[in-house]
Amino acid sequence: MTATAIPGRRRLQPSDLTRLATAGLRTRKLRAGLSALGIAIGVAAIVAVLGLSASSQAGLLAEINQLGTNLLTATNGQSATGGTVELPTAAAPMMGRINGVEQVQSSGKVSGAGAYRGPFIPSTNTNGLTVEAASLNLLPVIATTLADGHYLNAATAQEPVAVLGATSAQLLGIDHVYPGERIWIGGQWFYLTGILRPAVLASDIDSAVLVGYPAAEKYLGFDGHPSTIYLRAQNERVNAADNLLANTANPENPSGVNVSQPSDALVAQADAKGAFDGLFLGLGAVALLVGAVGVANIMIISVLERRSEIGLRRALGATRGHIRTQFLSEALLLGLLGGVVGVAVGATATAVYADTKHWATIIPPEAWAGGITASLIIGAVAGLIPALRAARLSPTQALWSI
Amino acid sequence: MTRTPSPPSEDTAAAADNGITIKGPGAPVLDIDDVTKTYPGEPPVQALRGVNLTVGPGELVAIVGPSGSGKTTLLQLMGTLDRPTSGRVRITGLDAAAMPDEDVAYLRATRIGFVFQQFFLAEHATVLDNVADGLLYAGVPIGERRLRALDALELVGLAERPHARPTQLSGGQRQRVAIARALVDQPAIVLADEPTGNLDQATGHAILSLLDQLHQAGSTIVVITHDHAIAERMPRKVEILDGRIVADTRSVREESS
Repeated sequence: MTATAIPGRRRLQPSDLTRLATAGLRTRKLRAGLSALGIAIGVAAIVAVLGLSASSQAGLLAEINQLGTNLLTATNGQSATGGTVELPTAAAPMMGRINGVEQVQSSGKVSGAGAYRGPFIPSTNTNGLTVEAASLNLLPVIATTLADGHYLNAATAQEPVAVLGATSAQLLGIDHVYPGERIWIGGQWFYLTGILRPAVLASDIDSAVLVGYPAAEKYLGFDGHPSTIYLRAQNERVNAADNLLANTANPENPSGVNVSQPSDALVAQADAKGAFDGLFLGLGAVALLVGAVGVANIMIISVLERRSEIGLRRALGATRGHIRTQFLSEALLLGLLGGVVGVAVGATATAVYADTKHWATIIPPEAWAGGITASLIIGAVAGLIPALRAARLSPTQALWSI
Repeated sequence: MTRTPSPPSEDTAAAADNGITIKGPGAPVLDIDDVTKTYPGEPPVQALRGVNLTVGPGELVAIVGPSGSGKTTLLQLMGTLDRPTSGRVRITGLDAAAMPDEDVAYLRATRIGFVFQQFFLAEHATVLDNVADGLLYAGVPIGERRLRALDALELVGLAERPHARPTQLSGGQRQRVAIARALVDQPAIVLADEPTGNLDQATGHAILSLLDQLHQAGSTIVVITHDHAIAERMPRKVEILDGRIVADTRSVREESS
């Protein structure tokens, strides 16, 4: 009689495997929850860090978008010998003729004039404020608005009337425009008519006191040359306009014109977001590692506790492979549980924080997918040794040595 | 190799598929041939010293001996839970010692049922699922497992409470669940290790009556016990001492059947 025939081998069906893998977790819920908690914390930390970083970046980009990236500025530069190269007075109207340029405004720094609360303030206490002549439609171009009062108009531009930039108002201690309120500019009183909100794209304006071009020439000895020209171009023509700007502004001396795109700085800032993520991701990884040790620990205890179950299953016909798969699946499930909870918590934290900051909530796919994958890998690695131990246990030892 | 689930009623056919020659009706279900088992150690322990035993289909056999006589080792070898140091153990003609582990496991899944002194029931699962687990590793789908588990519960007189938890049952009822689990795949042989060891005398008697009843219905059952009183009730009594069979007696009453 031959005795080498193979009666057959069976694989567990997925539904049976799921039932086996969840049995241990269902019967020891608190323990399973606690051991998954470590992984959950790690994944939550990682998801929240990546999510917050992405959301704040999105917030900044949204702000940039709102401010517009089509603002170009041309400022007076320096000549080879170190002197200032004035922009021609005709520079602004010339630039307005560049194809695709929508609006052109300018400001001109009034040299030698300071702005003070009154005539008795020592003239050395300038507060770093500048006095600038400003054109009449400046505000929409630099994307700012009035915090209080009115801007200059064709009439007030002729008269000793001033508008304060956001920082200047703060430094002068003025937060409100009262009728008849005056400040002392270049040795005479100027009536205050408005206060601006911060201009993110033109921070020079924040620390400036703005007066009309005619008034500046009339009362402050201004030479009429603009020092900064602000222009908005059609989005698709920004680069073309950028190239033409220096030549158009000052055809005689194009190298004496500095052209810049202020939104570049913000874009760079947005790109730089996440520079500190590494540290927090590292902390998240440590939490994950601790979670992995927790899962491994629980699984080893579980194998010790369930010796008789393992023995019984072997007696019922389970192979070593069946036992190994059961315990490995349980560990994977623990990891997955932690991962899913972690992603949920991390995403919620991101959403809540982003909401308070009025950012759009963005969870990068690599954050949640990575979190779940990492937790599965951790479950597998942490469960491997316990599962192998369970599978190695001989049925007689498991059933008779308790 | 055959991969079709083979209900034990078709065992002969399945075995024939595997190229096994089954001797006519009455071929031994269990055939132990000059088996020894030595546990390594200092000094090595010789648990079995040349055991020969044949159990035919439909027999009810008691293996009785004091503790340390080797009866548990014999059960482990009969149940293919361990391999002999020498000799052969054949279950329905298949030599377990010559098979890889996976196939021995499948042999257990389909042809051997176990009943243990400690019942070993899963407390979080229902009675029905505990019994149905007896078919889990034989590759039977869950629906059929539960149907057959109900049948098995009927056999042991517990059909009314399939959804109870083992913790809600008495010791005797738990052992009935364990017996149903052993029977659910209609194994060629049921091995019971001190099945009444954890029960009081009355309950124990009820369990023995149940085994008797199952035997009458055609099951092949081997009961391992240290209790001669239990062994006396059985139609065949195999006494084991110091790793050897010292007596093998059949009661005349059962010889005729």
